[in-house]
Amino acid sequence: MNAPASIPSPPFALLAELTHRCPLQCPYCSNPLELERAAAELDTATWRTVLEEAARMGVLQVHFSGGEPTARKDLEELVACAAKVGLYSNLITSGVLLDKPRLARLVDAGLDHVQLSFQDVEAANADRIGGYAGGHAKKLAVGRIVRELGLPLTLNAVVHRQNLHNLRAFIDLAVELDARRLEVAHVQYYGWALKNRAALMPTRAELERATATVEAARERLKGVLTIDYVVPDYYARQPKACMGGWGRQFLNISPAGKVLPCHAAESIEGLEFERVGGRPLAAIWRDSRAFEMFRGTDWMPELCRSCERREVDWGGCRCQAFAITGNAAATDPACGLSADHAALVEIASRESSATPPGFIYRRIGGG
Amino acid sequence: MKGRVEIGDTSVPHLPRHVKFRFDETRKQWLLLAPERVLMPDEIAVEILKLCDGQASVSAIADGLAAKFSAPRDVVGRDVTAMLQDLADKGFMEA
Repeated sequence: MNAPASIPSPPFALLAELTHRCPLQCPYCSNPLELERAAAELDTATWRTVLEEAARMGVLQVHFSGGEPTARKDLEELVACAAKVGLYSNLITSGVLLDKPRLARLVDAGLDHVQLSFQDVEAANADRIGGYAGGHAKKLAVGRIVRELGLPLTLNAVVHRQNLHNLRAFIDLAVELDARRLEVAHVQYYGWALKNRAALMPTRAELERATATVEAARERLKGVLTIDYVVPDYYARQPKACMGGWGRQFLNISPAGKVLPCHAAESIEGLEFERVGGRPLAAIWRDSRAFEMFRGTDWMPELCRSCERREVDWGGCRCQAFAITGNAAATDPACGLSADHAALVEIASRESSATPPGFIYRRIGGG
Repeated sequence: MKGRVEIGDTSVPHLPRHVKFRFDETRKQWLLLAPERVLMPDEIAVEILKLCDGQASVSAIADGLAAKFSAPRDVVGRDVTAMLQDLADKGFMEA
C-alpha cells in the first residue's frame, strides 16, 4: 500500500508532446479533442529546462511525440539536449515530414530510436484513414532511411475494423523494413477514438483472429521481431495496467506545458494540472493533486482495493472509467468484475456488427 | 532482414549501439536502456553484462564467473547462455 505521505519513486519516462500540429488526421488520434494551437506551445528554452529537470529527477527515457513532433523546427536541438543530459531518446513519428537530411541531423544530435506509425499496408486505405494523400509511400521511404542510417526501428500499427484484415501483411512489412519491434495496438477509446468508436470497433471474432495471428507470428519470428500487443479493453476480462499505474512510471507534458499522468488525462473533467515553469517538475510529480488523486491503491473502490490484482493492474484506466461511467474513481469497466462491464461488451458487440459510419477526422477546431 | 542471433560457446556477445548499460545514480542500480524499455538486470546478470565487451567469448565469460564465484562451470555456462539468448531474442544483444 502506498501511504499518502510516502515519496513516490521517480518516473522512468517522459512523454514530451511537443505539438498537437500534425499533417495527418487519424480518427483515433490520442490527442485531446481540444487541440492546442501553435501559439500556445512551449518554447525551446522551456523544453530544455524540462529535459534537464527530468534527467535530474531520475527520468531515463524521453519519448518525443505529438501531434507530429517533427513539425517543431527545434527538434534537433531538443534531441541534442536529451543526449547531453543522458536521456535515452525516442522519436514517435508519422514520418511524413521527414527526409534523409533531417533524419541524418537527428542521428547526429544523438537520437536513439524511431517509432514509425502506419495506418495500413494498402496505400489507398492507409491514406484514407490518415486523411493524408501520399502519406503511406512517404512512410515506407522513411522507414528504409531510418535503417540505412543505422537507427533501430519500431513499427506502430494501430489496428481496428477497417485495417485488421491486413494484420498478417503488417507483420510482414515490419520484417521487410528490418524493424526489430512491432507494436500492434488495438484502438483505445478515448477522445477522438471514442467519437469514432462505431467506425473502429472490431467484432470479437475479428479480435480473436488477430490475436491468433500475433501469437503465431511471435513463434515464427522469435529472435527476429518482437511484437507488443495491446488488446481492446472492451473485450478484455481484466483491465490493463494503464501507464503502469497512475503516477508510477510515466510523466506526460502537453504542448502547452501541462504536466499530466497520461496523455488522455485531460479528458477527466474536474482534474486540474500544474504547468511547467511553476514548481519544479519533481515537486509536481511528488505531490501535485492530479498525480496524488489516483496513485497507489488508497483511492480505489472496495472492489479493487480488496482485489489480489490491485498492484498488478493498479485499477486499470481512469480515463476509461470516466468516459464510460462519468466517475473517474470507479472500477475500470474493462474489468469483468465491474458492474459496467456488461454494458461495455454490449456496446462493442452492437457497434461492431453494424455498418461502420464515416470517420470524424481529427482537426484543430474540429472536435 | 537478419535472422535470429544464436548464442553458443564461441559467440562473442556485445551490446548493440542502441542498448545502453549503465549505473543509475538515482536508483543506485545497473540498468539496460533499450527502445521503449528499461530493464533492471539482477546481480548475476550485471556480472555477465560487465564482461560482454565484444572481446570475450561466452565460454571465457563462463570460465571467469565460475572461478570468481567458485560455482560449477557447467551450471554457470548454461545460465550465461540462457541469459544472453534471452537478451538476443529481444534484440538487446548481438554476437
